[in-house]
Amino acid sequence: MEASIMDGTTMGCGAVSGVSTVVNAISLARLVMDKTPHIYLAFQGAEAFARDQGVETVDPSHFITEENIDRLRQAKQANRVQIDYTQPMEGQPPKDDNSRTGTVGCVAVDASRNLASATSTGGMVNKMAGRIGDTPVIGAGTYANALCAVSATGKGEAIIRHTVARDVAALMEHQGLTLRDAAEHVVAGVPRGNFGLVAVSVSGEISMPHNTTGMFRACATEGGYSEVGIWPDDGGET
Amino acid sequence: MARWAIAIHGGAGVDPNLPEHRQEEAKRVLARCLQLGVDLLRAGTPALDVVEAVVRELESDPCFNSGRGSALSRSGSVEMEASIMDGRGRRCGAVSGVSTVKNPVSLARRVMEKSPHSYLAFDGAEEFAREQGLEVVDNSYFITEENVGMLKLAKEANSILFDYRIPLTGADTCSALAAASEKNHGAGNGMVMNGLPISIYAPETVGCAVVDSTGACAAATSTGGLMNKMNGRIGDSPLIGSGTYACKACAVSCTGEGEAIIRSTLARDVAAVMEYKGLPLQEAVDYCVNERLDEGFAGLIAVSGTGEVAYGFNCTGMFRGCATEDGFMEVGIWE
Repeated sequence: MEASIMDGTTMGCGAVSGVSTVVNAISLARLVMDKTPHIYLAFQGAEAFARDQGVETVDPSHFITEENIDRLRQAKQANRVQIDYTQPMEGQPPKDDNSRTGTVGCVAVDASRNLASATSTGGMVNKMAGRIGDTPVIGAGTYANALCAVSATGKGEAIIRHTVARDVAALMEHQGLTLRDAAEHVVAGVPRGNFGLVAVSVSGEISMPHNTTGMFRACATEGGYSEVGIWPDDGGET
Repeated sequence: MARWAIAIHGGAGVDPNLPEHRQEEAKRVLARCLQLGVDLLRAGTPALDVVEAVVRELESDPCFNSGRGSALSRSGSVEMEASIMDGRGRRCGAVSGVSTVKNPVSLARRVMEKSPHSYLAFDGAEEFAREQGLEVVDNSYFITEENVGMLKLAKEANSILFDYRIPLTGADTCSALAAASEKNHGAGNGMVMNGLPISIYAPETVGCAVVDSTGACAAATSTGGLMNKMNGRIGDSPLIGSGTYACKACAVSCTGEGEAIIRSTLARDVAAVMEYKGLPLQEAVDYCVNERLDEGFAGLIAVSGTGEVAYGFNCTGMFRGCATEDGFMEVGIWE
Protein backbone atom coordinates (compact mmCIF):
# COMPACT_ATOMS: atom_id res chain seq x y z
CA MET A 1 0.00 0.00 0.00
CA GLU A 2 1.12 3.57 -0.49
CA ALA A 3 -0.09 6.99 0.50
CA SER A 4 0.86 10.65 0.69
CA ILE A 5 -0.32 13.74 2.47
CA MET A 6 0.48 17.42 1.99
CA ASP A 7 -0.14 20.53 4.05
CA GLY A 8 -0.76 23.50 1.77
CA THR A 9 0.13 26.02 4.45
CA THR A 10 3.56 24.74 5.43
CA MET A 11 4.12 22.78 2.20
CA GLY A 12 5.07 19.91 4.46
CA CYS A 13 4.61 16.49 2.92
CA GLY A 14 4.78 12.85 3.90
CA ALA A 15 4.60 9.67 1.85
CA VAL A 16 4.98 5.92 2.23
CA SER A 17 5.17 2.99 -0.18
CA GLY A 18 5.42 -0.75 0.11
CA VAL A 19 3.51 -0.84 3.36
CA SER A 20 2.01 -4.23 4.07
CA THR A 21 1.03 -4.41 7.73
CA VAL A 22 0.08 -0.88 8.73
CA VAL A 23 -3.66 -0.46 9.14
CA ASN A 24 -3.67 3.17 8.06
CA ALA A 25 -0.99 3.97 5.53
CA ILE A 26 -2.07 7.62 5.39
CA SER A 27 -1.39 8.07 9.08
CA LEU A 28 2.04 6.58 8.64
CA ALA A 29 2.66 9.07 5.84
CA ARG A 30 1.69 11.85 8.21
CA LEU A 31 4.10 10.55 10.81
CA VAL A 32 6.89 10.60 8.25
CA MET A 33 6.06 14.24 7.68
CA ASP A 34 5.79 15.13 11.36
CA LYS A 35 8.37 12.91 12.98
CA THR A 36 11.25 12.43 10.55
CA PRO A 37 13.58 14.76 8.68
CA HIS A 38 12.44 12.99 5.53
CA ILE A 39 9.40 13.08 3.29
CA TYR A 40 9.14 9.57 1.95
CA LEU A 41 9.85 6.14 3.44
CA ALA A 42 9.28 2.82 1.72
CA PHE A 43 9.14 -0.91 2.18
CA GLN A 44 11.13 -2.34 5.06
CA GLY A 45 12.21 1.12 6.14
CA ALA A 46 8.60 2.26 6.32
CA GLU A 47 7.55 -0.86 8.20
CA ALA A 48 10.41 -0.43 10.68
CA PHE A 49 9.41 3.19 11.22
CA ALA A 50 5.82 2.10 11.81
CA ARG A 51 6.93 -0.17 14.57
CA ASP A 52 9.15 2.52 16.07
CA GLN A 53 6.13 4.80 16.16
CA GLY A 54 3.90 2.13 17.62
CA VAL A 55 1.19 2.48 14.96
CA GLU A 56 -1.39 -0.22 14.59
CA THR A 57 -0.19 -3.12 12.48
CA VAL A 58 -1.89 -6.35 11.47
CA ASP A 59 -1.12 -9.41 9.44
CA PRO A 60 -0.98 -8.61 5.69
CA SER A 61 -3.91 -10.97 5.18
CA HIS A 62 -6.13 -8.36 6.93
CA PHE A 63 -6.07 -6.29 3.75
CA ILE A 64 -6.83 -9.08 1.32
CA THR A 65 -10.43 -9.65 0.23
CA GLU A 66 -11.98 -12.58 -1.66
CA GLU A 67 -13.02 -10.21 -4.39
CA ASN A 68 -9.48 -9.07 -4.95
CA ILE A 69 -8.12 -12.60 -5.00
CA ASP A 70 -10.57 -13.22 -7.78
CA ARG A 71 -9.56 -10.06 -9.61
CA LEU A 72 -5.94 -11.08 -9.43
CA ARG A 73 -6.70 -14.48 -10.84
CA GLN A 74 -8.64 -12.92 -13.71
CA ALA A 75 -5.92 -10.42 -14.42
CA LYS A 76 -3.26 -13.11 -14.47
CA GLN A 77 -5.37 -15.22 -16.79
CA ALA A 78 -5.80 -12.32 -19.13
CA ASN A 79 -2.11 -11.60 -18.68
CA ARG A 80 -2.72 -8.00 -17.98
CA VAL A 81 -2.29 -5.47 -15.26
CA GLN A 82 -5.61 -3.91 -14.48
CA ILE A 83 -5.66 -0.35 -15.66
CA ASP A 84 -2.91 -1.15 -17.99
CA TYR A 85 -2.19 0.26 -21.31
CA THR A 86 0.88 -1.43 -22.66
CA GLN A 87 0.41 -5.17 -22.29
CA PRO A 88 -1.06 -7.07 -25.21
CA MET A 89 -4.45 -8.34 -24.14
CA GLU A 90 -5.63 -11.87 -24.65
CA GLY A 91 -9.30 -12.13 -25.39
CA GLN A 92 -11.64 -9.21 -25.46
CA PRO A 93 -10.89 -6.59 -22.84
CA PRO A 94 -13.84 -4.59 -21.52
CA LYS A 95 -14.54 -1.62 -23.73
CA ASP A 96 -13.63 0.98 -21.19
CA ASP A 97 -11.18 -0.88 -19.04
CA ASN A 98 -10.72 1.86 -16.54
CA SER A 99 -13.05 0.71 -13.84
CA ARG A 100 -12.16 -0.86 -10.55
CA THR A 101 -9.54 1.57 -9.46
CA GLY A 102 -9.67 1.89 -5.74
CA THR A 103 -7.36 4.78 -4.93
CA VAL A 104 -8.99 7.01 -2.34
CA GLY A 105 -8.32 10.62 -1.58
CA CYS A 106 -9.52 13.71 0.17
CA VAL A 107 -8.93 17.41 -0.21
CA ALA A 108 -10.12 20.10 2.15
CA VAL A 109 -9.96 23.80 2.96
CA ASP A 110 -10.76 24.80 6.51
CA ALA A 111 -12.28 27.90 8.01
CA SER A 112 -8.84 29.54 8.26
CA ARG A 113 -8.22 28.95 4.57
CA ASN A 114 -5.66 26.20 5.13
CA LEU A 115 -5.58 23.58 2.41
CA ALA A 116 -4.57 19.94 2.59
CA SER A 117 -4.65 16.83 0.44
CA ALA A 118 -4.23 13.11 1.09
CA THR A 119 -4.30 10.05 -1.17
CA SER A 120 -4.02 6.34 -0.43
CA THR A 121 -4.06 3.14 -2.47
CA GLY A 122 -3.20 -0.50 -2.84
CA GLY A 123 -2.11 0.17 -6.40
CA MET A 124 -3.07 -1.87 -9.44
CA VAL A 125 -4.28 -5.45 -9.51
CA ASN A 126 -1.44 -7.74 -10.60
CA LYS A 127 1.13 -4.97 -10.44
CA MET A 128 4.76 -6.00 -10.39
CA ALA A 129 6.19 -6.34 -6.91
CA GLY A 130 7.76 -3.06 -5.93
CA ARG A 131 5.72 -1.02 -8.34
CA ILE A 132 5.14 2.50 -7.11
CA GLY A 133 2.34 4.54 -8.64
CA ASP A 134 1.32 8.15 -8.54
CA THR A 135 -0.30 8.06 -5.14
CA PRO A 136 2.81 8.61 -3.00
CA VAL A 137 4.47 10.93 -5.51
CA ILE A 138 4.04 14.54 -4.42
CA GLY A 139 3.00 16.57 -7.42
CA ALA A 140 1.48 13.59 -9.19
CA GLY A 141 -1.25 12.08 -7.01
CA THR A 142 -1.22 14.65 -4.24
CA TYR A 143 -0.49 18.34 -3.96
CA ALA A 144 -1.52 21.30 -1.86
CA ASN A 145 -0.34 24.89 -1.59
CA ALA A 146 -1.87 28.21 -0.68
CA LEU A 147 -4.17 28.17 -3.71
CA CYS A 148 -5.62 24.69 -3.91
CA ALA A 149 -5.46 21.07 -2.83
CA VAL A 150 -5.64 18.22 -5.33
CA SER A 151 -5.87 14.42 -5.16
CA ALA A 152 -5.78 12.33 -8.34
CA THR A 153 -6.82 8.80 -9.24
CA GLY A 154 -6.57 6.61 -12.32
CA LYS A 155 -3.67 5.34 -14.39
CA GLY A 156 -0.71 5.95 -12.17
CA GLU A 157 1.81 6.10 -14.95
CA ALA A 158 -0.21 8.81 -16.73
CA ILE A 159 -0.69 10.80 -13.54
CA ILE A 160 3.05 10.75 -12.89
CA ARG A 161 4.10 11.87 -16.34
CA HIS A 162 1.52 14.65 -16.38
CA THR A 163 2.33 15.76 -12.80
CA VAL A 164 -1.44 16.09 -12.48
CA ALA A 165 -1.89 17.49 -8.98
CA ARG A 166 0.89 20.01 -9.38
CA ASP A 167 -0.32 21.10 -12.79
CA VAL A 168 -3.73 22.13 -11.53
CA ALA A 169 -2.02 24.41 -9.04
CA ALA A 170 0.50 25.62 -11.61
CA LEU A 171 -2.23 26.68 -14.03
CA MET A 172 -3.99 28.63 -11.31
CA GLU A 173 -0.76 30.25 -10.24
CA HIS A 174 0.89 31.03 -13.54
CA GLN A 175 -2.09 31.58 -15.78
CA GLY A 176 -4.62 32.77 -13.25
CA LEU A 177 -7.13 30.09 -14.18
CA THR A 178 -9.96 29.31 -11.82
CA LEU A 179 -9.89 26.00 -10.02
CA ARG A 180 -12.48 24.50 -12.30
CA ASP A 181 -10.79 25.66 -15.50
CA ALA A 182 -7.39 24.49 -14.31
CA ALA A 183 -8.70 21.08 -13.21
CA GLU A 184 -10.71 20.53 -16.37
CA HIS A 185 -7.80 21.63 -18.53
CA VAL A 186 -5.51 19.06 -16.93
CA VAL A 187 -8.05 16.26 -17.29
CA ALA A 188 -8.95 17.20 -20.84
CA GLY A 189 -5.31 17.22 -21.86
CA VAL A 190 -5.01 13.42 -21.90
CA PRO A 191 -6.74 10.62 -23.84
CA ARG A 192 -9.96 9.23 -22.38
CA GLY A 193 -9.75 6.70 -19.66
CA ASN A 194 -6.73 8.03 -17.89
CA PHE A 195 -7.58 9.78 -14.67
CA GLY A 196 -9.77 12.00 -12.57
CA LEU A 197 -9.19 14.24 -9.61
CA VAL A 198 -10.85 16.08 -6.78
CA ALA A 199 -9.77 19.57 -5.91
CA VAL A 200 -10.72 22.48 -3.67
CA SER A 201 -9.51 26.05 -3.79
CA VAL A 202 -8.69 28.47 -1.00
CA SER A 203 -11.94 30.28 -1.69
CA GLY A 204 -13.98 27.14 -1.20
CA GLU A 205 -14.65 26.08 -4.78
CA ILE A 206 -14.75 22.41 -5.66
CA SER A 207 -13.94 20.62 -8.89
CA MET A 208 -14.11 16.88 -9.58
CA PRO A 209 -13.42 16.29 -13.28
CA HIS A 210 -12.61 12.90 -14.73
CA ASN A 211 -12.21 11.46 -18.20
CA THR A 212 -12.92 7.91 -17.12
CA THR A 213 -16.22 6.04 -17.31
CA GLY A 214 -16.92 7.11 -13.78
CA MET A 215 -15.26 8.28 -10.63
CA PHE A 216 -16.54 7.53 -7.13
CA ARG A 217 -16.71 10.93 -5.48
CA ALA A 218 -18.41 13.17 -2.97
CA CYS A 219 -18.15 16.75 -1.80
CA ALA A 220 -19.67 19.22 0.63
CA THR A 221 -19.39 22.93 1.27
CA GLU A 222 -20.09 25.10 4.26
CA GLY A 223 -22.90 26.65 2.30
CA GLY A 224 -24.81 23.39 2.61
CA TYR A 225 -24.17 21.94 -0.84
CA SER A 226 -23.31 18.27 -0.98
CA GLU A 227 -23.06 15.65 -3.66
CA VAL A 228 -22.21 11.99 -4.02
CA GLY A 229 -21.66 10.56 -7.46
CA ILE A 230 -20.17 7.95 -9.72
CA TRP A 231 -21.01 8.80 -13.31
CA PRO A 232 -20.16 11.94 -15.26
CA ASP A 233 -23.61 13.43 -14.96
CA ASP A 234 -24.26 12.59 -11.32
CA GLY A 235 -24.80 15.45 -8.95
CA GLY A 236 -25.25 19.11 -9.76
CA GLU A 237 -22.87 21.92 -10.45
CA THR A 238 -21.11 23.62 -7.57
CA MET B 1 17.34 22.12 -37.54
CA ALA B 2 17.66 22.22 -33.76
CA ARG B 3 20.90 22.82 -31.95
CA TRP B 4 22.07 20.37 -29.36
CA ALA B 5 23.05 21.29 -25.82
CA ILE B 6 24.03 19.43 -22.67
CA ALA B 7 24.28 20.22 -18.99
CA ILE B 8 25.52 17.96 -16.21
CA HIS B 9 25.84 18.30 -12.46
CA GLY B 10 27.58 16.55 -9.62
CA GLY B 11 25.73 18.15 -6.73
CA ALA B 12 24.81 21.48 -5.18
CA GLY B 13 26.12 22.91 -1.93
CA VAL B 14 29.89 22.90 -1.88
CA ASP B 15 32.18 23.80 1.00
CA PRO B 16 33.78 27.12 0.03
CA ASN B 17 36.94 25.79 1.63
CA LEU B 18 37.03 22.58 -0.33
CA PRO B 19 40.72 21.86 -0.95
CA GLU B 20 42.08 22.68 -4.34
CA HIS B 21 42.94 19.12 -5.27
CA ARG B 22 39.39 17.93 -4.60
CA GLN B 23 38.05 20.76 -6.74
CA GLU B 24 40.41 19.79 -9.54
CA GLU B 25 39.46 16.13 -9.29
CA ALA B 26 35.77 16.94 -9.47
CA LYS B 27 36.29 19.23 -12.45
CA ARG B 28 38.28 16.53 -14.23
CA VAL B 29 35.49 14.01 -13.81
CA LEU B 30 32.90 16.56 -14.90
CA ALA B 31 34.95 17.49 -17.95
CA ARG B 32 35.37 13.88 -18.94
CA CYS B 33 31.66 13.11 -18.64
CA LEU B 34 30.73 16.31 -20.43
CA GLN B 35 33.06 15.43 -23.29
CA LEU B 36 31.47 12.00 -23.53
CA GLY B 37 28.08 13.66 -23.94
CA VAL B 38 29.38 16.17 -26.46
CA ASP B 39 30.98 13.46 -28.59
CA LEU B 40 27.74 11.47 -28.60
CA LEU B 41 25.69 14.53 -29.53
CA ARG B 42 28.06 15.45 -32.35
CA ALA B 43 27.53 11.93 -33.68
CA GLY B 44 23.76 12.48 -33.71
CA THR B 45 22.92 10.29 -30.72
CA PRO B 46 19.38 10.76 -29.36
CA ALA B 47 18.98 12.73 -26.14
CA LEU B 48 17.71 9.77 -24.12
CA ASP B 49 20.76 7.67 -24.98
CA VAL B 50 23.07 10.56 -24.18
CA VAL B 51 21.66 11.22 -20.71
CA GLU B 52 21.82 7.55 -19.86
CA ALA B 53 25.41 7.20 -21.06
CA VAL B 54 26.61 10.32 -19.24
CA VAL B 55 24.90 9.43 -15.97
CA ARG B 56 26.31 5.89 -16.22
CA GLU B 57 29.75 7.44 -16.45
CA LEU B 58 29.07 9.65 -13.42
CA GLU B 59 27.71 6.64 -11.49
CA SER B 60 30.80 4.61 -12.22
CA ASP B 61 33.17 7.20 -10.83
CA PRO B 62 33.42 7.15 -7.03
CA CYS B 63 33.98 10.91 -6.98
CA PHE B 64 30.27 11.69 -6.76
CA ASN B 65 27.38 10.40 -4.71
CA SER B 66 25.79 7.96 -7.11
CA GLY B 67 26.49 4.36 -8.03
CA ARG B 68 29.96 3.70 -6.77
CA GLY B 69 30.76 6.24 -4.08
CA SER B 70 27.16 6.56 -2.94
CA ALA B 71 26.39 7.91 0.50
CA LEU B 72 25.63 5.22 3.07
CA SER B 73 22.32 4.67 4.80
CA ARG B 74 22.00 4.41 8.54
CA SER B 75 22.64 0.67 8.39
CA GLY B 76 25.86 1.15 6.45
CA SER B 77 24.51 -0.19 3.18
CA VAL B 78 23.98 1.65 -0.08
CA GLU B 79 20.43 2.26 -1.36
CA MET B 80 20.45 4.01 -4.69
CA GLU B 81 17.75 5.67 -6.72
CA ALA B 82 17.46 7.19 -10.14
CA SER B 83 15.01 8.48 -12.70
CA ILE B 84 15.02 9.23 -16.38
CA MET B 85 12.55 11.09 -18.53
CA ASP B 86 12.12 11.33 -22.27
CA GLY B 87 10.71 14.69 -23.30
CA ARG B 88 9.03 13.10 -26.32
CA GLY B 89 5.76 11.89 -24.91
CA ARG B 90 7.05 12.48 -21.39
CA ARG B 91 7.77 8.81 -20.84
CA CYS B 92 9.52 8.18 -17.57
CA GLY B 93 11.18 5.50 -15.49
CA ALA B 94 12.43 5.47 -11.92
CA VAL B 95 13.88 3.13 -9.32
CA SER B 96 14.54 3.33 -5.59
CA GLY B 97 16.12 1.06 -3.03
CA VAL B 98 18.54 -0.40 -5.53
CA SER B 99 21.42 -2.16 -3.84
CA THR B 100 23.14 -4.40 -6.36
CA VAL B 101 22.52 -2.93 -9.78
CA LYS B 102 25.71 -1.40 -11.11
CA ASN B 103 23.99 1.41 -12.99
CA PRO B 104 20.69 2.47 -11.46
CA VAL B 105 19.95 4.92 -14.28
CA SER B 106 19.93 2.05 -16.76
CA LEU B 107 17.50 0.14 -14.60
CA ALA B 108 15.27 3.20 -14.51
CA ARG B 109 15.34 3.25 -18.29
CA ARG B 110 14.38 -0.43 -18.45
CA VAL B 111 11.43 0.25 -16.17
CA MET B 112 10.31 2.92 -18.61
CA GLU B 113 10.79 0.79 -21.70
CA LYS B 114 10.29 -2.79 -20.63
CA SER B 115 7.72 -2.76 -17.85
CA PRO B 116 4.10 -1.62 -17.75
CA HIS B 117 5.01 0.73 -14.92
CA SER B 118 6.99 3.90 -14.27
CA TYR B 119 8.56 3.27 -10.92
CA LEU B 120 9.87 0.15 -9.21
CA ALA B 121 11.53 -0.08 -5.83
CA PHE B 122 13.45 -2.31 -3.48
CA ASP B 123 13.00 -6.05 -3.93
CA GLY B 124 10.73 -5.56 -6.92
CA ALA B 125 13.31 -3.39 -8.64
CA GLU B 126 16.12 -5.82 -7.89
CA GLU B 127 14.06 -8.73 -9.22
CA PHE B 128 13.27 -6.83 -12.39
CA ALA B 129 16.95 -6.03 -12.87
CA ARG B 130 17.79 -9.70 -12.82
CA GLU B 131 14.94 -10.52 -15.21
CA GLN B 132 16.35 -7.91 -17.55
CA GLY B 133 19.86 -9.27 -17.25
CA LEU B 134 21.39 -6.01 -16.03
CA GLU B 135 24.82 -6.12 -14.46
CA VAL B 136 24.62 -6.71 -10.72
CA VAL B 137 27.37 -6.64 -8.15
CA ASP B 138 27.72 -7.04 -4.42
CA ASN B 139 26.56 -4.05 -2.39
CA SER B 140 30.13 -3.62 -1.17
CA TYR B 141 31.16 -2.51 -4.68
CA PHE B 142 29.42 0.80 -4.09
CA ILE B 143 30.87 1.44 -0.66
CA THR B 144 34.07 3.46 -0.37
CA GLU B 145 36.28 3.71 2.69
CA GLU B 146 35.83 7.43 2.80
CA ASN B 147 32.09 7.03 3.05
CA VAL B 148 32.40 4.49 5.82
CA GLY B 149 34.38 7.12 7.70
CA MET B 150 31.87 9.81 6.91
CA LEU B 151 28.98 7.69 8.13
CA LYS B 152 30.69 7.33 11.46
CA LEU B 153 31.09 11.09 11.72
CA ALA B 154 27.52 11.68 10.72
CA LYS B 155 26.27 9.30 13.38
CA GLU B 156 28.39 11.06 15.96
CA ALA B 157 27.00 14.35 14.84
CA ASN B 158 23.64 12.62 14.98
CA SER B 159 22.44 14.28 11.90
CA ILE B 160 22.06 13.55 8.25
CA LEU B 161 24.91 14.25 5.95
CA PHE B 162 24.10 15.14 2.42
CA ASP B 163 27.37 13.66 1.49
CA TYR B 164 30.85 13.70 2.70
CA ARG B 165 34.10 14.85 1.29
CA ILE B 166 36.24 16.00 4.08
CA PRO B 167 39.82 15.57 3.08
CA LEU B 168 41.03 15.44 6.65
CA THR B 169 42.81 12.41 7.96
CA GLY B 170 43.32 11.18 11.48
CA ALA B 171 40.25 12.95 12.78
CA ASP B 172 37.77 10.37 13.87
CA THR B 173 35.33 12.44 15.80
CA CYS B 174 33.13 15.11 14.38
CA SER B 175 34.34 17.77 16.78
CA ALA B 176 37.98 17.02 16.04
CA LEU B 177 37.12 17.30 12.38
CA ALA B 178 35.34 20.58 12.80
CA ALA B 179 38.19 21.93 14.88
CA ALA B 180 40.73 20.77 12.34
CA SER B 181 38.67 22.30 9.62
CA GLU B 182 38.57 25.58 11.47
CA LYS B 183 42.31 25.43 11.94
CA ASN B 184 43.02 24.63 8.32
CA HIS B 185 40.62 26.97 6.75
CA GLY B 186 40.33 29.85 9.11
CA ALA B 187 36.99 31.17 10.17
CA GLY B 188 34.23 28.68 9.48
CA ASN B 189 31.53 29.56 7.08
CA GLY B 190 28.25 29.81 8.93
CA MET B 191 26.32 27.88 6.30
CA VAL B 192 24.43 24.74 7.14
CA MET B 193 22.83 22.31 4.73
CA ASN B 194 20.50 19.66 5.96
CA GLY B 195 21.67 19.91 9.51
CA LEU B 196 25.37 19.92 8.91
CA PRO B 197 27.91 22.71 8.68
CA ILE B 198 29.01 23.21 5.13
CA SER B 199 32.56 22.34 6.02
CA ILE B 200 31.64 18.71 6.49
CA TYR B 201 29.11 18.45 3.75
CA ALA B 202 29.23 18.20 -0.02
CA PRO B 203 26.25 16.69 -1.80
CA GLU B 204 26.90 15.00 -5.05
CA THR B 205 23.78 13.65 -6.65
CA VAL B 206 24.51 13.53 -10.35
CA GLY B 207 22.36 14.45 -13.27
CA CYS B 208 22.26 15.29 -16.94
CA ALA B 209 19.90 17.25 -19.17
CA VAL B 210 20.20 17.14 -22.93
CA VAL B 211 18.54 18.43 -26.07
CA ASP B 212 19.69 16.64 -29.22
CA SER B 213 19.93 17.78 -32.82
CA THR B 214 16.30 16.85 -33.47
CA GLY B 215 15.16 19.10 -30.62
CA ALA B 216 14.22 16.20 -28.34
CA CYS B 217 14.89 16.75 -24.63
CA ALA B 218 15.75 14.21 -21.94
CA ALA B 219 16.94 14.27 -18.35
CA ALA B 220 18.24 11.79 -15.80
CA THR B 221 19.25 11.97 -12.13
CA SER B 222 20.96 9.40 -9.92
CA THR B 223 22.02 9.30 -6.29
CA GLY B 224 22.87 7.30 -3.21
CA GLY B 225 20.86 9.79 -1.17
CA LEU B 226 21.65 11.28 2.21
CA MET B 227 24.48 10.00 4.38
CA ASN B 228 23.01 8.24 7.43
CA LYS B 229 19.51 8.41 5.99
CA MET B 230 16.87 6.13 7.43
CA ASN B 231 16.71 2.91 5.48
CA GLY B 232 13.88 3.14 3.01
CA ARG B 233 14.13 6.92 2.71
CA ILE B 234 13.32 8.14 -0.77
CA GLY B 235 14.49 11.58 -1.87
CA ASP B 236 13.78 13.78 -4.85
CA SER B 237 16.02 12.06 -7.39
CA PRO B 238 13.61 9.30 -8.45
CA LEU B 239 10.51 11.50 -8.27
CA ILE B 240 9.35 12.73 -11.63
CA GLY B 241 8.57 16.41 -11.35
CA SER B 242 10.83 16.91 -8.39
CA GLY B 243 14.35 15.77 -9.22
CA THR B 244 13.86 15.08 -12.90
CA TYR B 245 11.59 16.38 -15.64
CA ALA B 246 11.59 16.61 -19.41
CA CYS B 247 9.04 17.74 -21.95
CA LYS B 248 9.08 19.40 -25.36
CA ALA B 249 10.16 22.70 -23.92
CA CYS B 250 13.01 21.66 -21.67
CA ALA B 251 14.81 19.05 -19.56
CA VAL B 252 15.78 19.58 -15.92
CA SER B 253 17.76 17.76 -13.24
CA CYS B 254 17.94 18.98 -9.63
CA THR B 255 20.24 18.49 -6.68
CA GLY B 256 20.38 19.64 -3.07
CA GLU B 257 18.05 19.28 -0.12
CA GLY B 258 15.72 16.57 -1.37
CA GLU B 259 12.88 17.52 0.88
CA ALA B 260 12.95 21.12 -0.39
CA ILE B 261 13.05 19.98 -4.00
CA ILE B 262 10.06 17.70 -3.49
CA ARG B 263 7.84 20.23 -1.82
CA SER B 264 8.55 22.75 -4.55
CA THR B 265 8.28 20.13 -7.35
CA LEU B 266 11.30 21.99 -8.65
CA ALA B 267 11.99 20.28 -11.99
CA ARG B 268 8.37 20.48 -13.09
CA ASP B 269 8.15 24.07 -11.98
CA VAL B 270 10.87 25.19 -14.36
CA ALA B 271 8.92 23.66 -17.23
CA ALA B 272 5.57 24.92 -15.95
CA VAL B 273 6.80 28.46 -15.72
CA MET B 274 8.11 28.26 -19.28
CA GLU B 275 4.91 26.69 -20.50
CA TYR B 276 2.34 28.69 -18.57
CA LYS B 277 4.08 32.01 -18.14
CA GLY B 278 6.07 31.94 -21.34
CA LEU B 279 9.38 32.63 -19.61
CA PRO B 280 12.56 31.75 -21.45
CA LEU B 281 14.81 29.10 -19.94
CA GLN B 282 17.25 31.15 -17.84
CA GLU B 283 14.48 33.30 -16.42
CA ALA B 284 12.46 30.22 -15.57
CA VAL B 285 15.47 28.70 -13.82
CA ASP B 286 16.17 31.90 -11.88
CA TYR B 287 12.55 32.30 -10.90
CA CYS B 288 12.32 28.79 -9.55
CA VAL B 289 15.62 28.90 -7.69
CA ASN B 290 14.89 32.30 -6.15
CA GLU B 291 11.16 32.07 -5.49
CA ARG B 292 10.41 28.43 -4.99
CA LEU B 293 12.90 27.12 -2.52
CA ASP B 294 12.07 29.15 0.59
CA GLU B 295 14.67 28.13 3.16
CA GLY B 296 15.77 25.08 1.24
CA PHE B 297 19.10 24.84 -0.55
CA ALA B 298 19.21 23.39 -4.01
CA GLY B 299 20.44 23.79 -7.55
CA LEU B 300 19.46 22.61 -10.98
CA ILE B 301 20.66 22.32 -14.55
CA ALA B 302 18.42 22.67 -17.56
CA VAL B 303 18.38 22.77 -21.33
CA SER B 304 15.66 24.08 -23.62
CA GLY B 305 14.26 22.54 -26.77
CA THR B 306 15.87 25.37 -28.71
CA GLY B 307 19.42 24.56 -27.66
CA GLU B 308 20.00 26.77 -24.62
CA VAL B 309 21.60 25.71 -21.35
CA ALA B 310 21.02 27.21 -17.94
CA TYR B 311 21.73 26.45 -14.32
CA GLY B 312 21.03 28.03 -10.97
CA PHE B 313 21.61 27.38 -7.30
CA ASN B 314 20.96 29.20 -4.05
CA CYS B 315 23.79 27.68 -2.07
CA THR B 316 27.55 27.91 -2.16
CA GLY B 317 28.46 26.23 -5.39
CA MET B 318 27.28 23.44 -7.62
CA PHE B 319 29.52 21.00 -9.48
CA ARG B 320 28.44 21.42 -13.09
CA GLY B 321 29.32 21.40 -16.75
CA CYS B 322 27.59 22.77 -19.85
CA ALA B 323 28.20 22.66 -23.57
CA THR B 324 26.34 23.88 -26.64
CA GLU B 325 26.66 23.18 -30.31
CA ASP B 326 28.24 26.52 -31.07
CA GLY B 327 31.35 25.41 -29.22
CA PHE B 328 30.66 26.79 -25.76
CA MET B 329 31.95 24.46 -23.08
CA GLU B 330 32.57 25.05 -19.39
CA VAL B 331 32.97 23.20 -16.14
CA GLY B 332 32.52 25.00 -12.85
CA ILE B 333 31.84 24.90 -9.16
CA TRP B 334 31.28 28.43 -7.93
CA GLU B 335 29.14 31.34 -9.05
